[in-house]
Amino acid sequence: MSIVVERSIPGRLLEAGGAWLLGLLWILPLAYAVWTAFHPPEFSTRFELFAPLTLQNFSNAWQAAPFARYFLNTFLLVSLILAAQLVIGTLAAYAFARFEFIGRDIAFMLVLVQLMIMPDVLIVENYRTMSVFGLVDSIPAIALPYMASAFGIFLLRQTFKTIPRELDEAARVEGATALQVLWMVYVPLAKPTYIAYGLVSVSYHWNNFLWPLIVTNSVTSRPLTVGLQVFSSGDQGVDWSIITAATLMTAAPLLIAFLLFQRQFVQSFMRAGIR
Amino acid sequence: MLNPIKKALVAIALIAAGIAQAQTTEISFYYPVAVGGPITKFIDGFVADFQKENPGIKVNSIYSGTYQESLVKALTAHKSGTPPVTSVLLSTDMYTLIDDDAIVPFDGLASSAEDQAWLNSFYPAFMANSRTGGKTWGIPFQRSTIVLYWNKELFKEAGLDPNRPPANWKEMAEYAQKLTKRDANNTTQWGVQIPSTGFPYWLFQGLTTPNGVELMNAAGTETYFDNPAVIEALKYWVDLSRAQKVHPPGVVEWGTTPKDFFEKKVAMIVTTTGNLSNIKANAKFDFGVAMLPASKRRGSPTGGGNFYLFKKSTPQQQQAAFKFIKWITSPERAAQWGIDTGYVAVRPDAWNTPVMKKYIEGFPPAAVARDQLQYAVAELSTHENQRVTKALNDGLQAALTGAKTPEQAMKDAQAEAARILRPYKR
Amino acid sequence: MNRFSVHIHGWLLLLPAAVLLVLFTHYPVVATLYHSFFSTPRGSVPPVWVGLENYRQMIDDPVFWQALTNNLWFAVGTIPLSIALALLMAIWVNGKIQGRSFLRLAYFTPTVLPMIAVANIWLFFYTPQYGLLEQITGFLGWPSHNWLGSRDTALACLIAVAVWKEAGFFMIFYLAALQQIPPNLNEAGAIEGAGRWYFFRRITFPLLMPTTLFVLVNAVINAFRLIDHVVVMTRGGPDNTTSLLLYYVYEVGFKYWDSAYAAALTMVLLLGLALLAIAQFAFFERRTHYQ
Repeated sequence: MSIVVERSIPGRLLEAGGAWLLGLLWILPLAYAVWTAFHPPEFSTRFELFAPLTLQNFSNAWQAAPFARYFLNTFLLVSLILAAQLVIGTLAAYAFARFEFIGRDIAFMLVLVQLMIMPDVLIVENYRTMSVFGLVDSIPAIALPYMASAFGIFLLRQTFKTIPRELDEAARVEGATALQVLWMVYVPLAKPTYIAYGLVSVSYHWNNFLWPLIVTNSVTSRPLTVGLQVFSSGDQGVDWSIITAATLMTAAPLLIAFLLFQRQFVQSFMRAGIR
Repeated sequence: MLNPIKKALVAIALIAAGIAQAQTTEISFYYPVAVGGPITKFIDGFVADFQKENPGIKVNSIYSGTYQESLVKALTAHKSGTPPVTSVLLSTDMYTLIDDDAIVPFDGLASSAEDQAWLNSFYPAFMANSRTGGKTWGIPFQRSTIVLYWNKELFKEAGLDPNRPPANWKEMAEYAQKLTKRDANNTTQWGVQIPSTGFPYWLFQGLTTPNGVELMNAAGTETYFDNPAVIEALKYWVDLSRAQKVHPPGVVEWGTTPKDFFEKKVAMIVTTTGNLSNIKANAKFDFGVAMLPASKRRGSPTGGGNFYLFKKSTPQQQQAAFKFIKWITSPERAAQWGIDTGYVAVRPDAWNTPVMKKYIEGFPPAAVARDQLQYAVAELSTHENQRVTKALNDGLQAALTGAKTPEQAMKDAQAEAARILRPYKR
Repeated sequence: MNRFSVHIHGWLLLLPAAVLLVLFTHYPVVATLYHSFFSTPRGSVPPVWVGLENYRQMIDDPVFWQALTNNLWFAVGTIPLSIALALLMAIWVNGKIQGRSFLRLAYFTPTVLPMIAVANIWLFFYTPQYGLLEQITGFLGWPSHNWLGSRDTALACLIAVAVWKEAGFFMIFYLAALQQIPPNLNEAGAIEGAGRWYFFRRITFPLLMPTTLFVLVNAVINAFRLIDHVVVMTRGGPDNTTSLLLYYVYEVGFKYWDSAYAAALTMVLLLGLALLAIAQFAFFERRTHYQ
């Protein structure tokens, strides 16, 4: 937004102060993670300016679990889920937004059911299904319940509904098929939604924990978060130095991606806004 | 709709697999540790050695996370899928596993006199959680007990003999009073701390056992939470915290207790022997390890994990697993395992091996757990174990947070436990 | 396109999603309902039909009622606060403000940090005596407090963690929506000299209505779904004061192995969510209009 509505100087200061206060509060866990990960364990609860720096926590954490493999697994998992969600979600959203087929409203309600009942709640029954399919302890087993996302379908349907029907009809008059219209008219115009949704989906599944934990047994299929809980409180008590180092390693790709691409995200939103 | 070539290939693969199976027996083995921790290296080493000595057996170790996750995994797999052939799970899960018909006793496999002798070679305190109804369902392996750790520096500061831990409850309360430091509106250092999250019932047994009372019968069908001696033990704990104010108020986190000790926020902590190597590595001061203070007697519960054999496996696999378990619990290996991990070596002869003797000479605190074993009792374990222990945990936390009096809390817990166990009392 | 092919096309487009949803959402729900009328199989004892017995047990179960009450307070504590903060944050980082990049990063952190790890970090913040919160209150000369270990503060502490997580997450949706508001609306507002609050109330907020309702749906669901931090930080304690419904389901299902009772508890959770969602959806369809 280029033009800012006029406001008084004290008001502006107050707002900036509030924004910064919240900002500091919100970044506190990350700041603590950075502090503790780079200092020896005795400084994990003490904050002295000249505490010695170290990378030892990272090397301890890296040695304590096969992180390289976990990174690969998480990367495959997240890519698989996102690709499936986008394709399946786009098709379904298009159907709901622009086709008045029999049973549409009931079908839509049935899709929304998953918005309330995330697969996280249905782990026992889903585990049973996976073992019937012989998929237990594989990356597809983690991904399958999430591939059709009510969240994605809902979001895309909303976006598709805001697209003027005239564009759709114009393309059809020129002889485009339904799928061509979808590909040429709807998908490009919904780009901001895809980006926003992709962001949400990737961060959700990068950090998802309960279902992967239950459905996997071995290093070859476990994602980062399950590897991370190695360091959570056990017999030995909490070791914050190693937990924070492992946390930073796990979150690094997402953090870096955000720092690098935040302008592109924002710009793509802007372009969508000016449309 | 496979084409003929594919069909042929599948057939060949199946036959090949069949032949391979005839030659080697494959056993899956769940181990309750997170993948990649230092303990996995020791287990991997043991497995490799065992396979070298027994070429006909292949052991697939699966590191299945915490005890709780491992039990979830093993039982879910038992209900719908392929359970492991053997697994190390909590000794207190014995009744749960029996009630679910998931495991077989070892007695059927231990047919020879030698095997029978092996079954009797473990500390009786550990076997108390491994036997019921005259059968042996578990073999002790990764076991622990509760001890008291104290900070010698803080003892000196408080004018106490740094080499003399409290021997009984009265001394513990007196010491704790001297070790508690207060400023204008805060306590800066607590005398003693007994954690109460996670499994408060277990640490509570560190008070009830010295007070001369057990929490359940051997059949696991009855509890005695409202026994006056149990209430007295809880009163002692609550008083340390709420009346004498030498123990942190409210519910104390298990996970941060070692850190509290390192930070000198507390002078004495009561926790598992499994923490010994952690404390040895991270305490920047001289510390001591002692048996739990006595009330009417010495005493502590045991804790930790046993080997179990799962029912849904072939007799051949069970034999192979049995062989593996016997192998890994031999005196030398039990000793090595205890030294490497800090768990308590599970049989008396392990403590007489040269390697263990040498270790204790260099680090005497390691022997405290052994010396305490003669006074140890079984960890609270009943049918519907988790539910019954939760009833007790809720009562303990209610008393420690002041929501209920110790009497009321234990009466309620007992009533709830009795209700849960009613179907099991014949 | 004729009417018939519209139906075919619609259903074909929907097919992949429908198959997966039926398999991993609808079927398990029905199976859960079915199992809630049976007893839990124990070993060689097969499940038997018990009718409403599991539901009767639930009515007599004080822990269930406490978890339900806790969960309602948890919802009341997290939903309005996290939505309001999310909106505020989005407006701030959407406008011109000092250090906007830093603020965006800060507000965004809950989305990139895994909850399971963050819960351990928050555990440190709440630790008595040397935890971060205590270091601050100690500096101010306030008395020490066992935040997670007292029944009067434990739930509030968990609510704070959830608000932190949720507000950061919802902020993204508001930011995306704010970016889509045409700038010429703002210009018009500026020319007419509309006050900032007035402009927000009359123009921005109504335009954000679809987002608000969407975020609300998610906030309600998350209030009943988010238990990672309970598992790490309190395990429902002290004395069930932080036990939430789904956590109780997890306890009953995976610790007590009472799958039938867990199924009955799940059904209550599902029913509640269904009612809430239907109410919201009806409201949503009525209030928002698309061209």
